[in-house]
Order: sequence, then C-alpha cells, then structure tokens
Amino acid sequence: MFPYIIRRLGLMVVMLTLLSIVTFLLFNAVPTDPALLTCGKSCTPQIVAANRIRLGLDQPLYVQYIDWVKAIFVGRTYGSGTQTFPCHAPCLGYSFRNGEEVTVMIKAALPITIYLAIGAFILWMVFGILSGIYAAKHHTEWQDRVIMGVALVGYSLPVFFIGLVLLIFVVVRLHLLPYPDYIAPQTNPVQFLQTMILPWISLAILYAAYYTRLTRSQMLETLSEDYIRTARAKGLPESVVIRKHGFRAGLTPIVTSAGLDLAGLLGGAVITEFIFSLPGLGRLSISAVTEYDLPTITATVLVAATFVIVANLIVDMLYAAIDPRVRLS
Amino acid sequence: MSESTPILRVRDLQKYFPINSRGLSRRHIGDVKAVDGISLEVMPGETLGLVGESGCGKSTAGRAMLRLLEPTGGEIEFAGQDIMRMKKRDLVPLRREMQMIFQDPYSSLNPRQTIGAIIGAPFDIQGVKPEGGVQKAVQDLMERVGLNPEHFNRYPSEFSGGQRQRIGIARAIALKPKLIVCDEPVSALDVSIQAQVLNLLEDIQDEFGIAYVFVAHDLSVVRHISDRVAVMYLGKIMESAPRELLYTAPVHPYTHALLSAVPIADPDRERARERVILMGDLPSPSNPPTGCVFNTRCWKAQDRCFSEAPVLRELSAGHKAACHFPETGGLNAVAVNAPATGSDFSAN
Amino acid sequence: MTQKNEVLLSVRNLSVSFTTEDGEVNAVSNVSYEVRRGQTLAIVGESGSGKSVSSLAVMGLLSGNTSHISGEVEFDGQQLIGADPEDVRKLRGNRIAMIFQDPLSALHPYYKIGDQLIEAVQIHNKISDSDARKRAAEMLDRVGIPAVEQRLDEYPHQLSGGMRQRVMIAMALINDPELLIADEPTTALDVTVQAQILDLLRDLQKEFGTAIVLITHDLGVVADLADDVMVMYGGSAVEQAPVREIFYQPQMPYTWGLLASIPQVHVNSTRLDPIPGNPPSLINMPAGCVFAPRCTYKDQVPNNLCETTKPDLEGTSEGHFARCHLSSTQRDAIRVANNIGRSS
Repeated sequence: MFPYIIRRLGLMVVMLTLLSIVTFLLFNAVPTDPALLTCGKSCTPQIVAANRIRLGLDQPLYVQYIDWVKAIFVGRTYGSGTQTFPCHAPCLGYSFRNGEEVTVMIKAALPITIYLAIGAFILWMVFGILSGIYAAKHHTEWQDRVIMGVALVGYSLPVFFIGLVLLIFVVVRLHLLPYPDYIAPQTNPVQFLQTMILPWISLAILYAAYYTRLTRSQMLETLSEDYIRTARAKGLPESVVIRKHGFRAGLTPIVTSAGLDLAGLLGGAVITEFIFSLPGLGRLSISAVTEYDLPTITATVLVAATFVIVANLIVDMLYAAIDPRVRLS
Repeated sequence: MSESTPILRVRDLQKYFPINSRGLSRRHIGDVKAVDGISLEVMPGETLGLVGESGCGKSTAGRAMLRLLEPTGGEIEFAGQDIMRMKKRDLVPLRREMQMIFQDPYSSLNPRQTIGAIIGAPFDIQGVKPEGGVQKAVQDLMERVGLNPEHFNRYPSEFSGGQRQRIGIARAIALKPKLIVCDEPVSALDVSIQAQVLNLLEDIQDEFGIAYVFVAHDLSVVRHISDRVAVMYLGKIMESAPRELLYTAPVHPYTHALLSAVPIADPDRERARERVILMGDLPSPSNPPTGCVFNTRCWKAQDRCFSEAPVLRELSAGHKAACHFPETGGLNAVAVNAPATGSDFSAN
Repeated sequence: MTQKNEVLLSVRNLSVSFTTEDGEVNAVSNVSYEVRRGQTLAIVGESGSGKSVSSLAVMGLLSGNTSHISGEVEFDGQQLIGADPEDVRKLRGNRIAMIFQDPLSALHPYYKIGDQLIEAVQIHNKISDSDARKRAAEMLDRVGIPAVEQRLDEYPHQLSGGMRQRVMIAMALINDPELLIADEPTTALDVTVQAQILDLLRDLQKEFGTAIVLITHDLGVVADLADDVMVMYGGSAVEQAPVREIFYQPQMPYTWGLLASIPQVHVNSTRLDPIPGNPPSLINMPAGCVFAPRCTYKDQVPNNLCETTKPDLEGTSEGHFARCHLSSTQRDAIRVANNIGRSS
C-alpha cells in the first residue's frame, strides 16, 4: 500500500508543476500584450504602462514564472519606490482592478462555493444512489421505468433553466422563500439555509440524475455476478446481499466520478452562483473575465485545477481502499 | 511417400515473459518461464498431441513454434527451413503452409465480418486466386466442414459454438496448409458436438495430409486423435512417446499421476483403480524449482532431483523422458496414494 | 432418529420456464427425482439440458419476476415451492448448501477469505466473531488447506484455482448441511486438482453423511462419485438409474449416444460415434420426444410416435426409468448390435 501512495503523491507533484506552467503560459504568453488585460474598460495607456512594470510583465517569461511561483510560497511586493503593493504569502497575484490581493478575494469567495458544492453533493449522492439501487432492485418493473424517466428529464434540463424556474416559482410567485441573499452560516443560520436551499436543489438535480443512472447500471452489473449468487446461496438476507456484496463491488466508478465532480464544483459552480447571486469562486471568475482582471483569472484557474488534481489523488487512494486487488498488484 | 524429414522441428524452444518491477523505475526483475527449452518433431501427416495442465506452457509453445509469439530462444525448422532467424516479411508466404485453430469459438471470429469474408480472407491475404473464384472456393470449404454453403453471408453470432469452430477450421484449411496447430479446439464445446468436430479434423487430415500439433488438457481426447504425445509441465517436456506407449506404459511419475487422475466412465473400473493423487499446487512459472521442475510434487524425489535437472533422453524406440528415476513397471506398478515430498502450496 | 437411505429431498414434476424477449424458455419440464441421506445423485447433461436450473429452483435462487416454477419440492418434510421465501432462505447455506463452477468469480473479490467464511457461519448462528473464526479455521484445515491462519487474511485472487474451490467447499459445509448441491465443481479445474477435489468430496461425505447432488457433464466424474444418476436432455429427465445400470445397461438413445461419443483415456478408439445434429431450442419445443430430431432409432417406432407424442418415464427394472418409446426388446437388440454397455 505504501509504495502505491508514494507513487501517487509523486505523480501529483509532477502534475501540479505542469499545471502551473500551463496556466502561466496560457495567460502570460499570449501574442497580445498581457498588460492590456489588466485594466478593463477604463483603461489609459499610462495605467497599462504602469501595470506592466508593477506586475513585472516586462521581464522575460521564465523570470515572470519563477517570481510567480515563488510568490505562492513566500509572497512578493509589486511595484517599487513610492508605490508598493505588498502581497502576502500565499500570494496568488494582485488585482489592480479591485486594489486587492487576489488571495484575499479568493479567501472570501471560497467558503461560499464550498458550502454550495458540499451541500449539493450530499443531496445528490444520497438521492442518486438510493434511487439507483431502488431502480436496480425493481429492474423490469414499473418503478425502474419511472425512475429512469425522471432521471432522463433531470439530466436533460440545463441548470440555468431549473434554477430560474425555481427562483420564479418558489420566490417570486409563491413567496415561499425570501430572495436569496447570502450570509455566513455563523452569522445567521436561518437566512443561510433559506438562501442556499434553492441553489443546492438546482445543482443537485442534474447530478442526482446522473448518479441514479450510474448506480443503477453498476448495481445491475454486479448483481449478475457469480459472487452474488454465492451470497444468496449462503442464505444472506437480500438487503445484505445488495448492500454489502453488490453495492460495494460496484462502488469504484461511483467514487471516482463523485470525487471528480465535487472537485470540479469546488472550482466554482458558475451558472448557479450567477443565478442566485452567490459571491463564490464562480462569480469571482466571471467578473474577473468580464473585467479583464488577469491576475485573478490566472489564480482562479490555478485553484480550480488544483482541486481536481488533489481530488484525483484522493479518489485513487479510495479506489485502493475499496478494491484490494489494486493495492496488492 | 514416407518422408523422414519432419514438417516441423523445434529445438530448445524458449519463451520467457519479462517481469518488471512497478516502482518509479521499471526494472527487469525476473521472467515468467512459460516455455523453458522444449524440443520436438512433427512428421508430415501425423498428429502430435501436446498435453498438460494449465500453466504448463502448451498454448504458449503452440504459438511460439509458429512464431505467432516471438520466441526468446531456440531453433525452429519448418519443412527443413530455419524460420527462427527469418525476417518477418519472408515469413509471410510461409504462413500459407502453417495455420492455427483457436480455442474459443466466440472470440476467434471477428463478429463484424461475414463468415464468407472470414473464410475467404486467406485467399486475399496471400494473393491466391482459386479456380472459379474466391466465393466458390469458400462455399466448397463450407460444405467440406459441414456448413450450409448458402449461409456465407451470415455473421458469426448466428451460429452455434460447434458451427463456429467449423468456420475456424474452414479458414485454417483454405490454403491447404501442411501443418495446423490446434489450440484446445474442442474444450469449449459440448460433449456431443466435440465428437463431431474431432471426426471432422480427422477426416480432413486423411484427405489433405495435414500434420497437427494438437494442444489440449483433456487426455482422453488427446489419446483418441494423436499418433505421438508429449507431456508438458512447467514449461518443460516430461515425457514424449508414441501414443500407445505413453498411455499403457508411461515412465514419468507426472504422466502416471495425470493418467491416474482422469476419471474413467466405467464405475467398476473407476472405483477399483489404484490412484496416484498429486498433492499440492503448481509452483509459479516465474520461480520454478531448481533441479527437476516436478520435484515439489513427486513422491519419488531424491537428492539428485533437487540439484540436477534431468535431460529429455530416449529410453527406448521413440520413447523419451526427463527423469532421473523413470518408472519401468507399466501403468499399474505405481504405489497407491504415494505420499508427497516437499510442499509448495504458494499461490501463483 | 434419521436413517440412512431415508429420502431427504424429493422433487416431483418440477417445471421451470423463463419469459424472455424471444418467447417462453422451457428450461425444465416435469422433472422428478429423489435424493437419499448420505447418497450422491449425479445429474448429467450438456448445456441447455436444465440441470443447473433445476437445482437453482430447488434452492430458491431463481429471480422471481421472470421465472415460473411449478411442481413440488420437499426437503425433510418441508415444502419449498410456494413457501415463504424467508423459510427457504433459512435453509440455504445452513441445511442445503450449493457450490458453483468457477471459484474465482464465485467468491467476492473485495473481502478476505476469513471474513466470507465467518459471514457464512454468522448468518445462521449466533456466535461471536472469534468463535466463528475458529470454526472457519477448522473447516479450512479439514478441506486440506495449509497455513490456515495466513489464508484467513488473504483475498480470493491470491489463491490458486484448486484452493479456491476448497474454500468454496469449506464455506458450503461450514454449517454442516444435510444436502450439498455441487454445480460442475471441477469443470474449471485441472485434472490433477479435480482428482483431489473429488477425493475430498468423497471423504467429507463419509465423515459428515452429507447427501450430494452432483451436476456435471463429465461421465468419468459420474462413474467416480455417483450412487444414482439422472440424465437430462432439453429440460427433461430422459433416464434415471443407479450408476452401474446407467453405464452397463443404458436404456435410452441419448445415453447411448453420450457413451459412444466420448473418447476414453483407457481404451484406444479409432472413430467416435457422435450424436448428429445440434442441441435443441428450449423455446419452441418439438411436440414429441425432445430427443427425436437427433435420434437414429426413431424409425423403429411405428406410427411416427416419437415425433408426435412425448414418451412417459417408464420403469425398466429395479429403480431404472427411461423416457423412450422403444420397447425393451428393441433396446436390448440395439445394445447388443452396437456393443453398448456390457453385461456386468
């Protein structure tokens, strides 16, 4: 087991390094002057020139890269002389647009995205898996067809559609909930829940539909395996057969998918945050793009991709924990 | 008509599969010695049975002797020609003469091709234009193997296991090869169909004079169809002899054990038999025993068997064995339930 | 007090069919047989004969919605068909156990051997984990597996095929069942390992008095272990007799065909006598005898009876039944002419 983990960790470090290079080049090695991408609409050539120097964009590429990576670990100071802009570790960049360290902005936005992602995750995993198992159990009967039909609909409806429909009916027409207005859970838990419930549901519907189908097909496959027949021949009650023998055997693709889906969401559920006005990472990325805030764009991409790479490692380890054949080969 | 040149001659044939460590650096840490130096000959028009249990290397040997798998060592002579050192492209025209029939009738035929295309492929690949055209030749072949020639546009999925095996046979004999390696051709078939396919193989051999290397684990089938038999264990040949001799007067302890283990469809005889039950499990081919590879399960193993590997040597006319202490008393001379020496129960 | 030779399992007119897209598959048609305590019944047949399905039906292992089962199955006085599934479940793995053909896929790949054995014990017995583990170790030892303590913590893929089958046997016998159903237990094993396993089954039967239903297509295995034999073809039982009778005085053309078509390791054969034709379709069953399309002797029966009427199972001599329209004189003549069986 141990060499397996070491190998995966090593791989992860390599991937993170590659990721940082690719991200950096993506945004800084462009044909057009990157400095133009730092100040948006109200730009003047003087600001552009000033930004260029402050952000060190006049330096050779590799120097820029090294400074950038170094800054993540030890921080840096932008500009020189009278106008200095300190950026504390971990420094992901400085947004001149907003006059703030990017890390600070991300720190503010991240918790919201995390609450959104995890809340939706719990909802969709519970619903998706339970209905998938139920559908598999009742394969060829009407319950299976109904669940598959509902899943198909849920899968096909775009998130923005579900989100808007929910907003319109639940908030505007029926006044069941107040208009979403994010507040931290510690400050006002009730308002927090009232704000988050609709985004959780609209995000969860799409993913739940996918997990229903995935769980169902996994269960159907494992339930036709010989070891299930052995378990029944031993006299195991059917519920134990399904849960302990069937479900666990089919778990690995579900875990892999779930880990990566969650990681992807942690990078910002852009559409959902936008519709429900949640100031999370997704919203931050969008505004950074529309406002031409290069350092913020670079940073949010890096953060989102890092989540996915780390999730990959965790998923691989879970895989080995579930399937002993993997860790012993 | 009797030719004393073997159609296939194999000397010290070896096929090792490398084992690489799975660390960050992949180093070659050992080999799976699937075929570890076998020598045999097949005469034209005869059947050599190659028999053994799983893991003995017989299927690998079958493929290696046709260079379908690249051997890691040894010599192969086909119709007097050295084919071991031949360039791959020079081998192509020779492929007309040596063919193979596979075990699994369900995976050895391309499900997306019609059987007409499958059986006709050899003509296209080798650039042979038969009289009357490829389709006629294909239909003749189909009839020969007992299939309805009108079905040539059907797909493999529309046929049963036995019929698919016939398709495989038709494909193999299309260019009238001199040698066919049959890799467990009837193991996956029902008993009542096995006999049909075995009879077909024999008829074709009589008609076309094809030599067979018949690889199988079923000793009864091998007895029925072979002229000579070689017994393999852990990549080596333990004994080889004309059929009668091997089955009635085997000399190698392993052959004794094998024959003893096959149940006979005759209750009185079966229950009165004295049996040799081999203890333990097969050692791993990546770590075979030193000395005689059979020493972990042989009841007669003595010191010499653990230090010196016996050479396959001729004990009497055509009868060879690789054993330091071969049995000479015939089939019934072996002790009952001879106890095992050594016990290697490690899993593969 | 239970007596040896008392009937333990009695199957009467068992029929099983499956509804599929292509039609109704008649897997088992009207099969009846008995298994006595401590005895071995071999059910012989090829693929599609219904031999496995009939036993799955006895165990209650066929999925409810697509299969239709009728007939009576009585185990030690208890009716199984139509019984409460909970009652049948309590018998499974407890008083009736089953082992299957491929031991690698029959064991769960993610759980240790020891855990799977302990589970088998604890389903039916309230005993502690440590006691269950002791019992598991005992059984592994009894079936001839060395280094038991180490094996308990290993996974199925770490063992060889022969050892896995021993584990399956240990798991099946761990609760001391009165009946063991073995479905092709040695087909996937090498012949030397097969000999070990058959020996093991024989010893365990002697020691524990377990009745065995041995499902196989290998007549050699039947000759080795069976006390009684039932030959199945196309879902029906076509011949039933004590083992020596089946081999030495077979009464049904399919049995003759089987015996004539198998190569034997102890005799030289020049030519095999295969049964012509292909296995039957179980969907559109022929009206008459299910073997008629392939039978060489049906012309000897007048009025085309073989193709119009299904023969009944008729007794020919002590405990010997055959489902065939041929008269016993005709059968004797054919047997003599073709040198089938022998005078014992």
